[in-house]
Amino acid sequence: MKAFFYYIRPMLFSLLIILTTIFPPTNVKAFDTPNDAGGSITITWKLSRDDSLLLYYEIMRSTELSGKYELIGRALPGKNEFEDKDVETSKQYYYFVRAVAEEEQVNSEVSGPVIATAQWFHHGRWSTLILGIIFCSAVVWFIRRARKDTNLFVRKIPGLEAVDEAIGRSTELGKPILYILGLGTLSDATGGVATLAALSILRKVARKAAEYDTPIIVPCFDPVVMAIAQDTVKQAHMEVGRPDTYKENSVYFLTADQFGYAAGCDGIMLRERPGAIFLQGYFYAESLILAETGRSVGAIQIAGTSATLQLPFFVAACDYTLIGEELFAAAAYLGREPLMLGSIKGEDLSKLVIGILIVVGVILSSLAILRPGLSNWAASFINWFTP
Amino acid sequence: MQRQVPLVLTFITGIVVVIGLLVPHRPFGTIEERFLVWYAIIFGFTLVLGIDSLIKVHANKIRRREPGFGYSAVLIASIIVTLTLGIYSIIKYGSAFDVRAPFMFLYWNFFLPCSATMFSLLAFFIASAAYRAFRATTIDATLLLIAGALVMIGRVPIGHYIWGRLPGIAEWIMSVLQMTGMRGILIGISLGMIATSLRIILGIERAYIR
Repeated sequence: MKAFFYYIRPMLFSLLIILTTIFPPTNVKAFDTPNDAGGSITITWKLSRDDSLLLYYEIMRSTELSGKYELIGRALPGKNEFEDKDVETSKQYYYFVRAVAEEEQVNSEVSGPVIATAQWFHHGRWSTLILGIIFCSAVVWFIRRARKDTNLFVRKIPGLEAVDEAIGRSTELGKPILYILGLGTLSDATGGVATLAALSILRKVARKAAEYDTPIIVPCFDPVVMAIAQDTVKQAHMEVGRPDTYKENSVYFLTADQFGYAAGCDGIMLRERPGAIFLQGYFYAESLILAETGRSVGAIQIAGTSATLQLPFFVAACDYTLIGEELFAAAAYLGREPLMLGSIKGEDLSKLVIGILIVVGVILSSLAILRPGLSNWAASFINWFTP
Repeated sequence: MQRQVPLVLTFITGIVVVIGLLVPHRPFGTIEERFLVWYAIIFGFTLVLGIDSLIKVHANKIRRREPGFGYSAVLIASIIVTLTLGIYSIIKYGSAFDVRAPFMFLYWNFFLPCSATMFSLLAFFIASAAYRAFRATTIDATLLLIAGALVMIGRVPIGHYIWGRLPGIAEWIMSVLQMTGMRGILIGISLGMIATSLRIILGIERAYIR
């Protein structure tokens, strides 16, 4: 009995403690976050073997190895990475990760010193740089060529061929033209360029409308776009020698609310009964509301957007649709200026290069399945294009 | 001069933003964010211009008694009421967005139901557009009808009961046929965007300036 109390019971307790103590996270690595402007350190670790029992991991930081460590953040179980964005560039830091369970916690080994530095080049963007140089060179080369050879062939785009027809029809019917620029703003990464392309088309349409003395109505969603659209339409009237026919009230701000804008445009369609409606720019869910209302008033409709999800709606409801890249080519196509057409040819050459790269990637990936030895080659090739 | 300055500014801004994409080091890495802040400031001023233009358009309609001038009167009255309630809410509750503020009452009980009504109209427009698109008058429309019907039936539980393979077929149409077309369009859009940006940076496309 004595032996049980003095020898066996302490051993059982020790065994119990060993069995219940959680394992710490291991292989903690703190390193300067790559490809950034400094001020950031990334900490990675191998998950604790008791990850499923944990509440969270605590990331601790100090400026000295044996100094006081402060809690800088928490990560949920299953996560093995944390980015500390609150560090000073060029200052030393030490880190450890603490695994926290219901009633106990255990620390990892310390990692460091580590210093955050700023990089002068984003190494994940080599492919962007090289493909960008190839693409820009192709565009510039074709622009230079276009200066000498003005007969560059560009395929027919039915939607753009119909622009004159649409304006002519409006003129014959004595009805105004409605030009809707969509919800794109100039600060928007995807919609911004589409809006600029739509403004370029607006200039050509407004010019033609001014020649025929047909009123054009441009309700705007974004006040910055409105300011540019007002200048664009005014300039178009001046170019054809009719500044007096420009009406300031024809280009105006409607609202910055999506469905308010749709309701406003629908109201204009129903009241003014335009002969032609242009839906050019970037659109969201309101696209079909606008296009179907336009159809119901019997207007000829030419749509164009780079919003791929809205394209099917426009195809279903409009007479002509400029699909994606056709929107960006429209200004060049309508203006027939050699420099602009040259850039379209450069775009086509780049498309060919991208097509070849896609075929090479598909062949390598397929070969990697047949011959596993090639899988590293295929993965390296594909990963090179992933920033 | 009126043309040269905007062109030079556009060229410098465009080049600096492109450099910022490749060089994370300050000042280039954060320059886009800085430009967006500047844009927000400009937006604030142009919003005043926008509201001014809206009021001018509708005030003219009312003055000339143009057809439908009653709607213009309702619009101007709505602007005045919203603005008044917004200012009153700020004075009384410290913020127009306080849950007790009358401005928020207006938002929840007038603005939101109107927006929801407009959005709900989409269901009817989708039905009418789909009816037109799915009329099997040509080979293309017939293919669209078949693909559309397979995807619709395959994506609802009854599709599985009709034939166990229908959900798989619907998934294949979406992930292979649809995705192929979508990616092709996306590549074209991306290149078109780069070409347009390049034309703007190089000053070839100048629709935005006089």
